[in-house]
Order: sequence, then structure tokens, then C-alpha cells
Amino acid sequence: MTAAPAATGTAIGMSGLTVRFTTRRSQTTALDDVSLDIEPGEFVTIVGPSGCGKSTLLKIVAGLVKPTSGEVSLLERPVRGPQKEIGFVFQKAALLEWRGARANILLQAEMRGMDRTQAARRADELIEMTGLTGFEKALPHELSGGMQQRVALCRALLHSPPVLLMDEPFGALDALTREQMNAELHRIWRETGTTVVLVTHSIAEAVFLGTRVVVMSPRPGRIIRTFPVELPAHRDYAQVMSDPRFDRLATDLRGLLGSAAANH
Amino acid sequence: MTENSLDTAGRQAAVGPDGPISSTVAKAPPAGGRPPRPTLGRRVVVFADSLWRPALVLAVFFAAWWFVAAREYVPNYLVPTPGQVWETMTTQWSELARHTLVTLYETVLGFVLAAALGLVTAVAIAYSRTLDKALYPIVLFAQVIPKIAIAPLLVVWFGLGLTPKIILAVLIAFFPVVISGVAGLRSTDPELLDLAATMGAGPWRTFRKIRFPNALPHLMAGLKVAVTLAVVGAVVGEFVGASEGLGYVLLLANGNLDAPLLFADLILMSAIGIVLFVLVEIAEALLIPWHASRRAGVSLTTS
Ligand SMILES: Nc1ncnc2c1ncn2[C@@H]1O[C@H](COP(=O)(O)OP(=O)(O)OP(=O)(O)O)[C@@H](O)[C@H]1O
Ligand SMILES: [Mg+2]
Repeated sequence: MTAAPAATGTAIGMSGLTVRFTTRRSQTTALDDVSLDIEPGEFVTIVGPSGCGKSTLLKIVAGLVKPTSGEVSLLERPVRGPQKEIGFVFQKAALLEWRGARANILLQAEMRGMDRTQAARRADELIEMTGLTGFEKALPHELSGGMQQRVALCRALLHSPPVLLMDEPFGALDALTREQMNAELHRIWRETGTTVVLVTHSIAEAVFLGTRVVVMSPRPGRIIRTFPVELPAHRDYAQVMSDPRFDRLATDLRGLLGSAAANH
Repeated sequence: MTENSLDTAGRQAAVGPDGPISSTVAKAPPAGGRPPRPTLGRRVVVFADSLWRPALVLAVFFAAWWFVAAREYVPNYLVPTPGQVWETMTTQWSELARHTLVTLYETVLGFVLAAALGLVTAVAIAYSRTLDKALYPIVLFAQVIPKIAIAPLLVVWFGLGLTPKIILAVLIAFFPVVISGVAGLRSTDPELLDLAATMGAGPWRTFRKIRFPNALPHLMAGLKVAVTLAVVGAVVGEFVGASEGLGYVLLLANGNLDAPLLFADLILMSAIGIVLFVLVEIAEALLIPWHASRRAGVSLTTS
């Protein structure tokens, strides 16, 4: 596994990010003056109403969208173009429809020119871990939406990236699988020290996984508040759910999101 | 059917009793829930089932032809009977076979060249805005100019050999390859290209692993059109000046008012087109079995 990056400095730095999309019909301000510093090993979860620019924010960090103004840095280097020290889970699974599940996961290795046998072994580990055993050869159209998302997750983890950007990775999962995947992700994060930014619509997921929860306002997206999550670093799903601190934070978040939507 | 069984399997895995996911999933059905390969007998039945409708239509057509020709509603020097055509076909088979091979050769060579050239042009157009602007007008011009009008010119330039026929076949088959190739290459999901970028892949790897396979369904559709057009190109070339080939035989037969030979010739020309088309279809089935158009139950032809 990749060693955690040096404990000093920032893993991801954003300052004054503003993004305006101009289309033929209209102009949208997707993000408005967003600043956020994320330290190495942090697990930041982002919640906010639909269309507030969460996906856009992740894409800026990955160097896939150029901000209209503002600065981004990844692992202490300014982001100029697409970044490859990351694992990206897109909101849509974005699988190659002609490849089976395993081959889709191994795309990561092929594109990076990684060692084949090592990548294959790692892929098999991930397949087992995410419960895709038996579906290695199944094409995307033969997989359920949640299974497709799990394939995309495995693909993003294959090369053990120091930074993991995830855009609603568990949106299409049923509640129970989702909890199990949350627990797995929590374990991976704890064991690898990866810096994770995860966008979600689930308050429970945001609190269970995050060391910090960032709440965004409706469009134009701003950061309304960030909450540190005062829960132990090593979390157990059932324990966290019954923890009064979890309840308090979840209630706060729900209130904030509700009032933000109401003021809009 | 497949989807359902898969779904159930996935659901079982998902909501199985508590404990690590992997252990519950180990009990899921193996082999990715794919249906077993159909047996040979079953495949023959499916094949026969797909064949009887076109066979029936053909049979009706032949019966009508036979009826009209045999009762001489139309004189036989205009429309011969199927029997007369069959007789010509068998007695002159060695000659006809030689001419068929010539036309087949021109067509295949023209098609292969058109496919290669078309693909290269499509890649250039899809990847470079400058080349797009520079090449599209030329491609379009090459398409709209009537091939029959430039055929004599090509014969003057390149003589009576195979070259002008092959060039005509290329010219006529080139356009659908370019158009379908460009459409295919441009249809790549931008998210997939983003993904490739975050994997640090260069343009060549992205092309080989993502853009090209993604373009294949479009491209195969273009190739199917192209291969049938290539026959037309070769025959038009033979009309204008040739000493062999089915187009040449057609002119001879026409000059001699030899209707049975003319019909036999037409049948052979069509046979070339159909056989090549089916070959491209088979190639398509092998190359893109994953594509929606090729999944079980959906078939564009009877092959
Ligand atoms: N490429 C684009 N061109 C034009 N507008 C865009 C583009 N991408 C995003 N937008 C606009 O920017 C805004 C934010 O989009 P974004 O996808 O980041 O939202 P989101 O917070 O991820 O929403 P959701 O939770 O529904 O996924 C939206 O209003 C959207 O219409
Ligand atoms: Mg989004």
C-alpha cells in the first residue's frame, strides 16, 4: 500500500475557487469563492443540495475542470491539467461496456502501465472485498447499478492512490450493502492513510465516514460550514449509529441543509 | 431473463445475513450468472427460424418470375426463364467464375483500401480541428462528384487494367467509412476521457483502449454500407473500359441481347455484394458481441 504522504502541509488546497459555466442559453455560477484546505490523511465528506457544484469541485481538484478564478493544489503542487496521483469515482459508474467487471478494474493498471501480475492479484482482492466474486466476467449491462458502482470503486482503488476523490460512490446501493461498503471504505482509509474527499447525499454516510463534514449552499455553491466529526478514528457502524454525538451532528446537519434550502 | 437472474444473485449477496460481505457473496452462483451456451441442435433451430421468412419471400419472388417468363407475358429475350438463366450459368460457369473473381478482387481490394484510408481520415478529423476543417470539404467533394462521370477520366489516366476500378471502388466506399468513423470516435463519453486523463494515459493508449473500441459499432455500420458500395464502384469501372470482370460481361450480354447471360451476371454481382456483406456482419458479431445491437434477440439481418 502507498505510504501516507508527509504529515506536514496540505494534501489538497483550494482558495477562492469560482466557476462559471457559460452555455449558449445561460450563464451558471456553479461555485462561488470556495476555499478549503485538506490535510494528508483526512477524510472530508461534502454534502449539499443537488446542483450546488459538488461534482464540479471534485473535477477541479482532479484537474478536469478549470476554475474561472482561484487556485488549487494537490500534494503541494499546483493543479494545471489532469492529475494522476488520484483515484476518481465518477457519479456515473463510467465503465467500458465491452469489458467485463474484472477487465474494467484492470483498465487502471493497463492505462498506467502497472505490473500485470501484481495488479491482477490486487484486483482479485478488491473483487472479493466488494462482493463481486462470481461476476468477474459479467459485462456492465449485466450488472445492477450498485454492482457497477462497486466495479468503479475497485478501479479507483487498484493503484492505491494517495488521494481518493469519490462522487456519490454508493448512491445506487441498497441500504445494507451501502453500510457494508461504508465500513469497508472506512477500513481501507484507516489502513492506508489515504486522503479522501467524498461527496454524498446521505447525512449518515457523511458523519460515519468523515473526519470533517463540509456543508455547501444551493447554487451558487459556497461552503456554509464545516463540522469536525468528534468520533473515534476507528469506528464501528452499529456503535456510531447509537452514539449521541452522531445524533447531535446529524441533527445539526439536517437543520442546516434544511434552512439553506428554505432560504434559497 | 439474464438481467433478472443476475439481479437476484446480486441482491442475495447484498442482503445476506450479517458478517463480512465476501463470505455471503461466496455463495452467489458462480460464472457470473451467464446462461449456458446453447447446444448445437438448439442453434440450428434458431438459425432455421431466422431463415424461413426471407426464404419464403425469395421463393415467392422466384415463382412470380417463373410464371411471368414461362407464360411469356414478357418476351423471353427481355426476361428469360429461371431455367434459361440456370443453363447459361452452368454451361458458361468457368468463364463466369473467372470474371466473378476479377470483380471480387477489385471489390475486396477497393473495400480494404477504403476502410484503411477512411479510418485514418476519420481519426485525423476527430482528433484535430485543423484537419477537420481542411479534410471535410475534400471528403465531401470526393463523395458528391458523380463517380460515373470521372470513371472515363480514370481510365484515360490509368489504362484498362485493374487500377481505375479499384480507385473507383475506393472513392465510392470511402465516404461511409469516414462519416461513421468520425461519428463513432466523437461519441465517446466525455467522462471516459476524463477517466483516462486521471489515469495518466497518453493519447495512444486512450485511443486503443477507449476511443477505438467505443467507435467500433458505428464503424461496423459504415463498413457494411461501404462493402456493398465497393461492388458498385468496381462494376462502374468495368463498364467504362475493361476486358474482364462482371461489368464487362454485362456490356457484352447487353450488346448481344443475351438476356440469360445478363441475368446470370446480375445474380453473380449481387452474390458478391451479399457474401461480402455477410462476412462483414460476421466480423461485427465477433468484434462487438457486447454491443446492444448484437445482444440476444436483436438481429439486423438473418446471418
Ligand atoms: N459542463 C457544464 N456546462 C454547463 N453547466 C454545467 C456543467 N457542469 C455543471 N454545470 C452546472 O453547474 C452546476 C453544478 O453542477 P454539479 O454537477 O457540480 O452539481 P452537483 O452538486 O454535483 O449536483 P448533484 O448532487 O445533483 O450531482 C449545475 O447547475 C450544472 O448545471
Ligand atoms: Mg454531482
